[in-house]
Amino acid sequence: MNRFAELLDSLVFTPSRNGKLRLIREYFATTPDPERGWALAALTGELSFREVKPAQVRDLAMRRIDPELFGWSYDFVGDLAETVALVWPDRSGEGHAPRLSEIVETLRAAVRADATSLLEAWLDGLDGTGRWALLKLVTGGLRVGVSARLAKTAAAELGASNVAAVEEVWHGLEPPYEALFAWLEGRGPRPETGAAPTFCPLMLAHPIEEGELAALDPADFAAEWKWDGIRVQIVARGSGKRLYSRAGEDIGGSFPELVEALPDDVVLDGELLVVRGGEVAPFNDLQQRLNRKTPSLKMMSDYPAAVRLYDMLEERGEDLRGLAFRERRARLETWYRAAPRPRLDLSPMVPFESWDELAALRAQTRANGIEGLMLKRVDSVYVPGRPKGQWWKLKRAPLTVDAVLMYAQRGHGKRSSFYSDYTFGAWRDGELVPIGKAYSGYTDEELLRLDRWIRNNTTNRFGPVREVAPGLVLEIAFDSVHRSTRHRSGVALRFPRIHRIRWDKPASEADTLELVESLLT
Amino acid sequence: MPPKPETWLRVTPNGLYCVPGDFFVDPVLPIERAVVTHGHSDHARAGHRHVLATPETVAIMRRRHGADGTTTYQALAYGERLRIGDTTLGLLPAGHVLGSAQVMIDHAGSRVVVSGDYKRRPDPTCPPFEPQSCDVFVTEATFALPVFRHPPDEHEIEKLLHSVRVFPERAHVVGVYALGKCQRVISLLRRAGWDRPIYVHGALDGMNRLYEELGVPLGPLLPATGPSKKELEGQIILAPPGAVNDLWARRLPEPVAAMASGWMRVRQRARQRGVELPLVISDHADWDELCRTIEEVAPGEVWVTHGREEALIRAASLMGIAARALNIVGYEEEAGA
Ligand SMILES: [Zn+2]
Ligand SMILES: [Zn+2]
Repeated sequence: MNRFAELLDSLVFTPSRNGKLRLIREYFATTPDPERGWALAALTGELSFREVKPAQVRDLAMRRIDPELFGWSYDFVGDLAETVALVWPDRSGEGHAPRLSEIVETLRAAVRADATSLLEAWLDGLDGTGRWALLKLVTGGLRVGVSARLAKTAAAELGASNVAAVEEVWHGLEPPYEALFAWLEGRGPRPETGAAPTFCPLMLAHPIEEGELAALDPADFAAEWKWDGIRVQIVARGSGKRLYSRAGEDIGGSFPELVEALPDDVVLDGELLVVRGGEVAPFNDLQQRLNRKTPSLKMMSDYPAAVRLYDMLEERGEDLRGLAFRERRARLETWYRAAPRPRLDLSPMVPFESWDELAALRAQTRANGIEGLMLKRVDSVYVPGRPKGQWWKLKRAPLTVDAVLMYAQRGHGKRSSFYSDYTFGAWRDGELVPIGKAYSGYTDEELLRLDRWIRNNTTNRFGPVREVAPGLVLEIAFDSVHRSTRHRSGVALRFPRIHRIRWDKPASEADTLELVESLLT
Repeated sequence: MPPKPETWLRVTPNGLYCVPGDFFVDPVLPIERAVVTHGHSDHARAGHRHVLATPETVAIMRRRHGADGTTTYQALAYGERLRIGDTTLGLLPAGHVLGSAQVMIDHAGSRVVVSGDYKRRPDPTCPPFEPQSCDVFVTEATFALPVFRHPPDEHEIEKLLHSVRVFPERAHVVGVYALGKCQRVISLLRRAGWDRPIYVHGALDGMNRLYEELGVPLGPLLPATGPSKKELEGQIILAPPGAVNDLWARRLPEPVAAMASGWMRVRQRARQRGVELPLVISDHADWDELCRTIEEVAPGEVWVTHGREEALIRAASLMGIAARALNIVGYEEEAGA
């Protein structure tokens, strides 16, 4: 456990993805089975045991420390698990330090009454970092900024494999994944997943700008709308039915009405949306559903979920991924029409002859829920990842607004010496109101110049944040504007990024909040 | 019946004042006669007329404040005694930094020990704290909360070396105080077998040289400004805490920002400071050391200053020892403690 705890501790502090990846890979490479397998399960959120309640942890701590001292400590630290880990009298030299595998296996078998006495003995055996990790783990609060996908990527890199290969077998496996590690390290065969409803890693598109289309032959491509939801995969195989996110997470729990309606024996690629009366609702509505682990009946009727289908990867056990897109699409249409398909519909193809025609079509379409256009080579086979030259994503031209820089914050990792995170605002009655934050969209040279400007125009400092004089205009590009109660301005931008830095433009000529509101979707 | 210590040792706006000896301990404003526990700037201010301290602290203050002619220094080695007015004074090792001392004052049959800053774990750069029985023990309280438990130094140094192994193409820049922490981290690295040159920020040079002159070997040190990015890959660099995340660090190859300080124990604190590799290495006693010291010294009474007084007073009273806060203003909560 102590090694795993050290890993978690360093992950908390390591800002960069590559840094995290390196730390996890190193841990997998130097930790034996089954310990590393349980660690992989913990990092991918696959552990399940009866969790210990925070109140139980608190009671346990009270048996060891004066309540007054505990109270001051908790006030200072502000996090229960961390406070208890720190104030617990250290006996780590004397007690037995449990392994992660021992903790998980014991807790899985434990009844609630045992859990606290087990926990007490373990806390006595571990050091401060170990106690912190243990308490986070057993209270279900393990958040170290690592996605399941990143952990799988680290495992894949143990061998010459990639994350898609791991995702493909993942849902047929159980912790502690000894067969998976054996395969990745070249000591065993690819794990058999049989008829389990496993995830097929997605094929993704490259972004393309209109100007670049001229180099491509329109006859080679089919076009379809890219809907503004989240990309999902439906897998129905044997008796299992799953709804997977793009990263291969099973999100079916949040959409029980949809999972219930899924057809048999098919693997489909589509967009998860909230659809009311055939109309796609704004992305925000879908967000309401994504935030809920178990939705209420009211949620399900107010925000009805549906999947708009793009592609078909498997039908009655037959793997279609080796077929051309044109043929897969035909199979999809035939299948779709053969029976009623509640909560599913077909994303229509967009016929066109020339790029100009397509551009015109796109310009006219301001339909709800359309994020852009997808171009797929008609002969493209379905390959996980982002193969070159197969699929393109033609995005709708972004909206832009001229905003004024208000606050700058230091970045993380490589950017920790730079003020690289920017809060910008728009004018309302002669006053600036913050409307968003951007962290990207500038070059290294621009970052240097921005950083210098911020240091020279600081009016106030709060820890890592500097307030600056209203003197720099940033042209911000974003995908859409939504109402938000969390921001003082009442609006929130989707995907804001710096489009241009308007060194030339006086701050007084920047845009007003009123203008931003007029772009509300 | 000896006089009660509070009748002859008083808190004044200038700091702690000894009436029968007519001197201040670590005065916060310039005064006539000062006894200085150690060289950190909030304890060893400039501008006093006479300063009494250990020979090492005198050397540090001379180096810091220069020979401006206004101050005369008198050195008193550990274990020696000196009559001042109606008191006898002695300096005992405090284990905090080189030259750090507890001030032991005897007057008319009663004894007060003023700890200054101290720690209890072994430090290769200075002699260990010596507990001394007394009527009143004046203790610091920088880390006087049960959450502050510094792990073993070797563990933290290993954490640094592990990170250097995992990220061999990056430079590891460790924020350290110029006096004490810097030399201790260097010595701990040497003990852990790191015999390569250690690169240091210019602001740390003077004190490193002084430590070596005073007999603390530090091994090969090189200036951090000068070598190319390429040369600094995989190297350990020491810098003042303020330089770690600032313009200065841009010369380094993808620096890993580390900080050696007791405050690093609390994750949120470390994260706020943008630290990527927190190293819990402190020159102050942690909670267990503070409590153990009070127990060992077993004074009639504890006076607490310089930190989180309330928790330590509570702990002393749970031990059955009377305790109260001494409200001396002017000592800083050192960010790099
Ligand atoms: Zn000090
Ligand atoms: Zn101090």
